[in-house]
Amino acid sequence: MAGIDKNLRWAGIVLLLAILLPFIPGVSDYRIFQLTLVLVYAIALLGLNVLTGYNGQFSLGHGAFYAVGAYVAAIMMDKWGMPYYATVPAAAVVCLVVGFLFGLPALRLEGHYLALATFALALAVPQMLKHKSIEYWTGGVQGIVIIKPDPPFGLPLSQDQWLYLFTLFVLAILFLCAWNLLRGRTGRALVAIRDHHMAADTMGINTALYKSLTFGVSAMYTGVAGALGAIAIQFVAPDSFTILLSISLLVGVVIGGLASIPGAIFGALFIVYTPNIASDISKAAPWAIYGIFLIVFMYLMPTGIWGGLRKLAAMIRARRNAS
Amino acid sequence: MNWEFVLHQATSGLANGAIYASVALALVMIYTATEHINFAQGEMAMFSCYIAWQLIDWGLPYWVAFFCTIAISFAGGVAIERVILKRFHNAPVLAVIIVFIGLLVIFNSIAGWIWSTVLKQFPSPFVDIFPTTKLVGPHQLGVVLTILIILTGLYLFFRFTPLGLAMRAAAQNPVSARLVGVRVNWMLALGWGLAAAVGAVAGMMVAPIVFLDPNLMAGILLYGFASALLGGISNPGGAVLGGFILGLLENGIIVVENLVGVTVFGNELKLTVALIVVIAVLIFKPSGLFGKVRVKRV
Repeated sequence: MAGIDKNLRWAGIVLLLAILLPFIPGVSDYRIFQLTLVLVYAIALLGLNVLTGYNGQFSLGHGAFYAVGAYVAAIMMDKWGMPYYATVPAAAVVCLVVGFLFGLPALRLEGHYLALATFALALAVPQMLKHKSIEYWTGGVQGIVIIKPDPPFGLPLSQDQWLYLFTLFVLAILFLCAWNLLRGRTGRALVAIRDHHMAADTMGINTALYKSLTFGVSAMYTGVAGALGAIAIQFVAPDSFTILLSISLLVGVVIGGLASIPGAIFGALFIVYTPNIASDISKAAPWAIYGIFLIVFMYLMPTGIWGGLRKLAAMIRARRNAS
Repeated sequence: MNWEFVLHQATSGLANGAIYASVALALVMIYTATEHINFAQGEMAMFSCYIAWQLIDWGLPYWVAFFCTIAISFAGGVAIERVILKRFHNAPVLAVIIVFIGLLVIFNSIAGWIWSTVLKQFPSPFVDIFPTTKLVGPHQLGVVLTILIILTGLYLFFRFTPLGLAMRAAAQNPVSARLVGVRVNWMLALGWGLAAAVGAVAGMMVAPIVFLDPNLMAGILLYGFASALLGGISNPGGAVLGGFILGLLENGIIVVENLVGVTVFGNELKLTVALIVVIAVLIFKPSGLFGKVRVKRV
């Protein structure tokens, strides 16, 4: 159990640093907003990583679940006047159900076929959100504007600081849940299905149930991220959830490190900050720089940032033992 | 029932289908050799289109530009394999996919940077060759003919030439192929070159229909992907048929809507509906309509 204790201690230290981060003097509200986005994406990436990294199911359409979560939050706040914190569990439940239902037909599809199906989902959802019949709810192409929440109990915090802390709180709970889920029986079942579907079946794992439930849980995480993202950005519109979002999420998962929980944080840092760095390097063709980053990263660290760090740590340890 | 309308939709569906078929074929060509779907195929075709546009803009006659573009695209495809993809032959699948996504954004961004994102008109050479009939436009006729010529040429190449045979051998069984003296790595690069060339033709056929811009091929790639899966990704002939089926299906939706007299989906949603139909088919026939069913050994 010593290893688990050590992991928890490290997680605790990182969490403490993360709590203190917005109170460093000189950190502007905009920086805090960006950090909030990092947390939001980290939650979404963890969701996708459970599906792709641990369970081996490929999704090019997680932007769709993100969009559903965002719209659930926006509609509840705008149309029903619900408080922001109530929208997070609601988005979780809706996305869990949607993800589970999508996971059922997806059971028949594997690899590239699943990629196509999820791609179609990512393409269909923004179009459906624009459809006239639900315009009253979704605001059509215009989208919905929502108001940023104030900190409760008259706490002396700015709105951005409070939202950061709230998102961090949700993230900590969700990461703890995921860690608990993945290190036990369920996690082993997921990995067994990924590594050898048929062998997992013969060992008595209900693969169909596990796979569709994983889809549900994965969608739930991404949906919660969508809701938090909508609250942070204060705006939802169909065009903010294009296929590009789904692709960024996949990029984040692979760059961060497949089948690793801390990888989600690194992946989120990558997808939030790299476009900015790229446009600093070249104003004319920032995405070309981004693309070059992707290729170089994959060349240097084919198992993602977390995988690369672990390899580096192992190398240092080996050298120390040798000398 | 308006038969003329139905026939018109059918022919334009076939013309679109020809384009999907050629993109599908380009995807299948790389897939059979490497088991990867090249997500950058569409953007590579778009880039080729811009090269053709530039050559025409410099005053070259259309057909000279056409064949120059094919040659440049072929060389470009070979170069991408030899310079970039070669380094990822043993990388995990998802890492390779990220590399494809990287290539995709690079091509897209550079095209926008060199030629700006303003829409450009791309000429159709067929307008002067074929007469305009009520049933089918001259460009549509030309597209179908061009693609059929390409498909036949490729079929003959793979079936009857030693090089084609070597490429098939390298794709089917790299180890044995290497033992009998086939240079497998170069065959792979040639496959990339051919795929890029076929993609370039598909792009130059699409560009006159919708204006030329850096996002020209995004939707078409998805259609090509769907066609390849529908027909069976391991089967080039099936993938081509899948393209034509998808083209007909897409316009079939409009015909049916027109018959019933309601517009639920319309032009904007027809892409989505067609995809949903494809996925529904795949749920019942997971290896596509004409694909080989793979039996897994335990």
